[in-house]
Amino acid sequence: MNGFFAILRRDLSLALRQGADSVMVVAFFIVTTTLFPFGVGPEANILARIASGVIWVSALLAAMLSLERVFQTDYEDGTLELLTLSPVSLELLVLGKVLAHWLTTGLPLIIAAPLMALMLNMDQDGFITLMVAMLLGTPALSLIGAIGAALILGARRGGVLVSLLVLPLYIPVLIFGAGAVEAALLGISATAQLQIMAAILLIALAATPFATANAVRQAME
Amino acid sequence: MADFSGSDLTCLRGERLVFGGLSFAAKSGDAVMLRGRNGAGKSSLLRVMAGLLSPRSGQVCWDGESIADDRIAHHARLHYLGHPDAVKPVLSVRDNLRLWGQLRGVQNIEHEIDAALDVLDIHHLARVSGRYLSSGQKRRTALARILMGQSDLWLLDEPTVGLDRESCGEVSRMIADFRARGGIVIYSTHIDLEVDNPTVLDLDEFAIPMVEWLLEHPELDGTSPVSTQEAAQ
Repeated sequence: MNGFFAILRRDLSLALRQGADSVMVVAFFIVTTTLFPFGVGPEANILARIASGVIWVSALLAAMLSLERVFQTDYEDGTLELLTLSPVSLELLVLGKVLAHWLTTGLPLIIAAPLMALMLNMDQDGFITLMVAMLLGTPALSLIGAIGAALILGARRGGVLVSLLVLPLYIPVLIFGAGAVEAALLGISATAQLQIMAAILLIALAATPFATANAVRQAME
Repeated sequence: MADFSGSDLTCLRGERLVFGGLSFAAKSGDAVMLRGRNGAGKSSLLRVMAGLLSPRSGQVCWDGESIADDRIAHHARLHYLGHPDAVKPVLSVRDNLRLWGQLRGVQNIEHEIDAALDVLDIHHLARVSGRYLSSGQKRRTALARILMGQSDLWLLDEPTVGLDRESCGEVSRMIADFRARGGIVIYSTHIDLEVDNPTVLDLDEFAIPMVEWLLEHPELDGTSPVSTQEAAQ
């Protein structure tokens, strides 16, 4: 477990010193969400109707935007090679990197989401559910996205490729995430959707580190 | 007495056969120098030895056991120095080294870092961020990494790139010390690094034309990787 915390600490201190990444993800999220009122018009009830979907789609895109960098810089400067060669299971190291990615991108999105909900005139009954759903959904996005981030190592124009690889896999999180908020807004219990999201998160937690670690090993060949 | 060996190694990169039928053996205290023209497969062989690259056929063994059977144990005993220095620009030299110490589970990390920095004569740079280092200083930081923690095997891919003549002497001394402690060093170099009677492995001797190799190994004629067991049958 020491390796897990070592890589987590290092990635967090890198993110802290480079700073811009988290800010950019949140800024992208806010800008994308803000585009919708301009596009569909400022009618309050239309915005309220589409709010949950808009917030989720923007969050998916924002999370995806930062994926490319999860392994890319480490790959380019040779660090990833040495991580693969360190006497710690690569799956654990991958998990540490994913957790660092979530803490620096997913968590800020959850904090920004209620503000965007407010701007889109979403009913306040949905706020708590939105945040709980994002709390369950965004770690899954980071976990699933890491597979794509590892697969594109060494490829040219990886950023475009990663979106093609990863976005289809994000659809379940989108459906149940937006569904949970819809249910809460209609006054129905959102437990079922949230439970499914928790299940997606658990499956991703158990399965994706192996896929990602193998993709990283493949990239080293 | 540790024993590091490889038998009948074949390395395929893309469509190209880099080397074939290569064997080597080294014991505690040995140094093996890899020689060969550009593209002869020196780096590939070092990567095969590290376990980063799987050979197309053959196997690499430590004390008679294939390294593929227990990767973590193999990783714990080796230090690999590749072309990139893996120095993060925003972290200080000390912070850069600390990660590698932590990943190896080194006790008394700060003490080990100090000792490694002293050997490479970069103690005054301990608090300097990676981005302000010259390429020689980055290389020294990378060399300091291989002094961290216990290891029995050094795989050094052109360790002296970017170093001045004096520092090359330091690398020679590091290698001599490590061998005296029973370590095995396998290295490739383009300059004359002073190392006491190394075994020379000339990779040009193992460059064989693809067609010839396929004729010798009809069972390997295919594009999917074949494990050694299958190949032996």
